[in-house]
Amino acid sequence: MSEILDKLHTYFQLPVIRYAMVVGLLIALCSSLLGVTLVMKRFSFIGDGLSHVAFGAMAVATVAGVTNNMLIIMPVTIAAAILLLRTGSKTKIKGDAAIAMISVGALALGYMLMNIAAQSGNKRTSSNVTADVCSTLFGSTSILTLSITDVWICVGMSVFVVAVFLIFYNKIFAVTFDESFAKATGVRSDMYNLLIAVVIAVIIVFAMNFVGSLLISALIIFPALSAMRIFKSFRSVIICSVIISLFCAASGLIIAILVGTPVGSTIVSADICVFFAFCLASFIMKKGR
Amino acid sequence: MGALLKCENVSLGYEGDVVTKGLNFTVNSGDYLCIVGENGSGKSTLIKALLGLKPQLSGNIELCGEVGKNEIGYLPQQTMVQRDFPASVREIVLSGCMNRCGLRPFYNKEEKKLAKDMMERLEITPLARRCYRELSGGQQQRVLLARALCAARKMILLDEPVTGLDPKATNEMYELIGSLNKKDGITVIMVSHDMNAAVRYASHILHVGRKQLFFGTKDDYLTSKTGQAFLTVMGGDDDE
Repeated sequence: MSEILDKLHTYFQLPVIRYAMVVGLLIALCSSLLGVTLVMKRFSFIGDGLSHVAFGAMAVATVAGVTNNMLIIMPVTIAAAILLLRTGSKTKIKGDAAIAMISVGALALGYMLMNIAAQSGNKRTSSNVTADVCSTLFGSTSILTLSITDVWICVGMSVFVVAVFLIFYNKIFAVTFDESFAKATGVRSDMYNLLIAVVIAVIIVFAMNFVGSLLISALIIFPALSAMRIFKSFRSVIICSVIISLFCAASGLIIAILVGTPVGSTIVSADICVFFAFCLASFIMKKGR
Repeated sequence: MGALLKCENVSLGYEGDVVTKGLNFTVNSGDYLCIVGENGSGKSTLIKALLGLKPQLSGNIELCGEVGKNEIGYLPQQTMVQRDFPASVREIVLSGCMNRCGLRPFYNKEEKKLAKDMMERLEITPLARRCYRELSGGQQQRVLLARALCAARKMILLDEPVTGLDPKATNEMYELIGSLNKKDGITVIMVSHDMNAAVRYASHILHVGRKQLFFGTKDDYLTSKTGQAFLTVMGGDDDE
């Protein structure tokens, strides 16, 4: 045991590991906040959809040779989020189908673009493209190569997300619980839906580096679903899912560092374990009554 | 007694399919309007149009006089999403005060007290910390009504408020709505297919079918042809 602690101690001497921990916890915090809202709005898959859009945008940015690819990724993802969340109730193509369509469409186009660019000799070999794609899909080890600037950007993003969430907490609840009531009684629900869309897009773009675009939904959905097994009020569910998310991110990261497993999938595995633990707990609580 | 709501030549429907048309009526401050009609005659659609949730196909719906959009309460028919939502009764009732907040992020003391009073009034105070999804249908209906009351300062719109209630709870619900109208002076617009209650409590009746069949005071309705015909058909099986 002390051996492990020693090992951890040495690792935490390294700034990169500390950065990874900070960024990981911040992203876990942000992504868990909106989980309940998205689950209840039946938008569980939006994380997947948007992250694939972000992947497609990233491919475009890479091919176009834009140095700061955030400039392209962020607006495109936010636009897609707005499109999906806002018009979801009115359009002919319904929510789930629209998400599926945009998600796989962006994935396919992004992958194709990257391949074409590679073949036309954009300094990359095709094996590099595969590695690139793989790392964006499953989370790269780039979480372990963060610079201090990245950490500050992430801190800024988290402050933004948490502040928006706290300030609009009551409004988010009202709009999620019963949108038509909110609208009918004069609350500007369209505006708040837009806000939710923007925040979720911001979270996803940042979290993509962390767990990768295929696993991002897990980070958003699992803590919320676990908390909903046991807790009954909106506030307690939110608080609990934040705690679960932080715990899973921390333990997942530590295990990944110690054992050398991929960061993203380790964290998601921790989330899955907690989910089943909570299912079991709620089952026992029901039996006990 | 100014007009609060005016409907001029409104027609309603889905994507070009007209459900009902030729709606012309005015709701004055202090009225108790009951909207009756057969299933599928567009009663709920009309409520949604009055609230601005669904656009009308043609015609004009106008909120006028002293009632603002954020002074209206609404009791909807339940949707599926709400049924498994993790939310405590108190959180839901309090969310009815949202339209008083404007841009202010949190509820103030007055609003919290209002929510508390409304829970007291509907006798759901003991349930305050319970989870909404674990309540019975009647209790859920009371919670939603308490929320609507928090939102209603001038006017309340109710869509089938007694669905799923037993006879005793149904009566209490009607009494409560009646006292809201009489004592608190809140204008009530209610959709119902319970004709007995409609003629007992309402001051005005709007009867919709493929077009507007009747609008006027209750007494006129009882002597009108439409009213008598409908009452003989519906009168017998109301005590569901």
